[in-house]
Amino acid sequence: MGNTSSMLTQYDIEEVQEHCNHAFSQQEIVSLYHRFCQLDRNSSGFITGDEFLSVPEFAVNPLSQRLLRMLDGLNFKEFVAFLSAFSPRISLQQKIEFLFKVYDFNSNGKVTFDDILSVLRDLTGSFISEQQRQEVITRVLEEAGYRRDSSLVLSDFMRILGSSQLKMEVEVPID
Amino acid sequence: MNQRVGTDSSPLRFAACESASLPLFATFIGARRRAPPARTHRQIGSQLVGRRILAAMGGLDSSSMETDLDRPNIEEYLTTETIREVPKKLHLSDLLDISPTLTEAAGAIVDDSFTRCFKSNSPEPWNWNIYLFPLWCLGVVVRYGILFPASFSWLVSFSNLISCMFCRVGVLALGWIVFFAAFLPVHFLIRGHDKWRCKIERKLVEMMCSVFVASWTGVIKYHGPRPSRRPQQVFVANHTSMIDFIILEQMTAFAVIMQKHPGWVGFIQKTILESVGCIWFNRTESKDREVVATKIREHTQGVDNNPLLIFPEGTCVNNHYTVMFKKGAFELGCAVCPVAIKYNKIFVDAFWNSKKQSFTTHLAQLMTSWAVVCDVWYLEPQYIRPGEIPIEFAERVRDMISVRAGLKKVPWDGYLKYFRPSPKLTERKQQIFAESVLKRLEEI
Repeated sequence: MGNTSSMLTQYDIEEVQEHCNHAFSQQEIVSLYHRFCQLDRNSSGFITGDEFLSVPEFAVNPLSQRLLRMLDGLNFKEFVAFLSAFSPRISLQQKIEFLFKVYDFNSNGKVTFDDILSVLRDLTGSFISEQQRQEVITRVLEEAGYRRDSSLVLSDFMRILGSSQLKMEVEVPID
Repeated sequence: MNQRVGTDSSPLRFAACESASLPLFATFIGARRRAPPARTHRQIGSQLVGRRILAAMGGLDSSSMETDLDRPNIEEYLTTETIREVPKKLHLSDLLDISPTLTEAAGAIVDDSFTRCFKSNSPEPWNWNIYLFPLWCLGVVVRYGILFPASFSWLVSFSNLISCMFCRVGVLALGWIVFFAAFLPVHFLIRGHDKWRCKIERKLVEMMCSVFVASWTGVIKYHGPRPSRRPQQVFVANHTSMIDFIILEQMTAFAVIMQKHPGWVGFIQKTILESVGCIWFNRTESKDREVVATKIREHTQGVDNNPLLIFPEGTCVNNHYTVMFKKGAFELGCAVCPVAIKYNKIFVDAFWNSKKQSFTTHLAQLMTSWAVVCDVWYLEPQYIRPGEIPIEFAERVRDMISVRAGLKKVPWDGYLKYFRPSPKLTERKQQIFAESVLKRLEEI
């Protein structure tokens, strides 16, 4: 699948489908490809941060910078794999794993107090003081049985969020 | 400069798109998604209405007033299933569950209504079978070889001019010759009889536009009463391409507000369009707005000026959608006459994607297609109603134009094509989230 070709072969589609664990149907993958090409204006094979930010709805999202770091330099196959967490065909466990990756900034498999603080800071901006943020996190951590200096691993996340009715789905328009 | 989106910034909270990406209000903390009780929806609605009343009474400071009043018809975009009842106690699972925000972001990546406004749809291939393909080839030959002779051989020999007379470039070239032959003497020699000069120049510009339209074999149907020359009125229309102006100018000489372009277009703007009284603006200058606003006001008050045509979208949109109208044209206190333009895509897609092609390429594309077919509707002049603010007036007129031309409305500011959204909008989302966290914190 070259960078410059704008046609996907059947083989390409199946390869992408394999890679994302069949999260999307073949039609959805074709749709996503059109979208990828539309966003990738200079046809470089990946979407730059600027090109993502040209979508105003994405640019106003408080977590956009965090997501940009995960999306940077992804080619189409990886782009679809990234979005597969939002497919209705994906299990709750895999969605929680994605959530964990968003929190785990330095990808060391552990989410610390600071990581949670950083995400909360992105989400609340200047409308809560730093002290209040820390207080909130400390309180809920203690209530759930963790200490302030404990770090959460993936299995902790699974336990905490496993029983919640997490809804993280996006519909890919098929035109 | 990136904060150009001043008072005209659109809501940006509600993507009124048909796909199921979540409306942006789903940033409330809380993992449970239950059907919200009606009171929550109304509570929020009334809170917003309350702020608007406060703002109208001058109770809020201007910056928050602007962001509030820039959101017309909020309740239309607010759907009940996204407003969740805020659960009472804050748990770790609630704090860690950032799925609504992530879903919004992913929804925006997968599809968003803003980018759709500027998508030029590639024409459907219809010629891929054994008998249609030769017909298509013949069509290409006719369009490129006869209708649009690429060779400007008429320049070389006059006799060719006659043979090219019925061809588009020939028509266009002839038109330009006649136009300049008449315009230049009139412009430079007839001094002192300004009224006559203006009349003649106006007629010449109208003629030139007709020539342009003929050069693309334009089939334009005008509906509604012809615009009259009166002071205290402006015309507003939806914008698809620069040819909108030419099509309208053919019927009546309008003065128009245009972005200054480089190249030969700029040259024409400077020399010819000055004579019909055009106003220039520059998108990239932030102080420009006040200057232009003053010029517009002066123009509408002048008795002898040509009626002013404004494209309140501020940018070219692909003729399937309308983006937010800028309120500049609607706060002049005069009559606003809407004009709706709809192109028929079967013959050619008239959308000028200024990021993808230059105007010359666009014109060439038009001239090598069969025809430019469009409908123009002149709608009833509208006045601002008592108690209506300019933004609401603009939305009302946009409604009229969209309905008439069969376009979908989208709550985005067209200038987002050039500038990033204002950080204030992200801050609003953060504020809502923060408030809900704090509220639940108190209840622990």
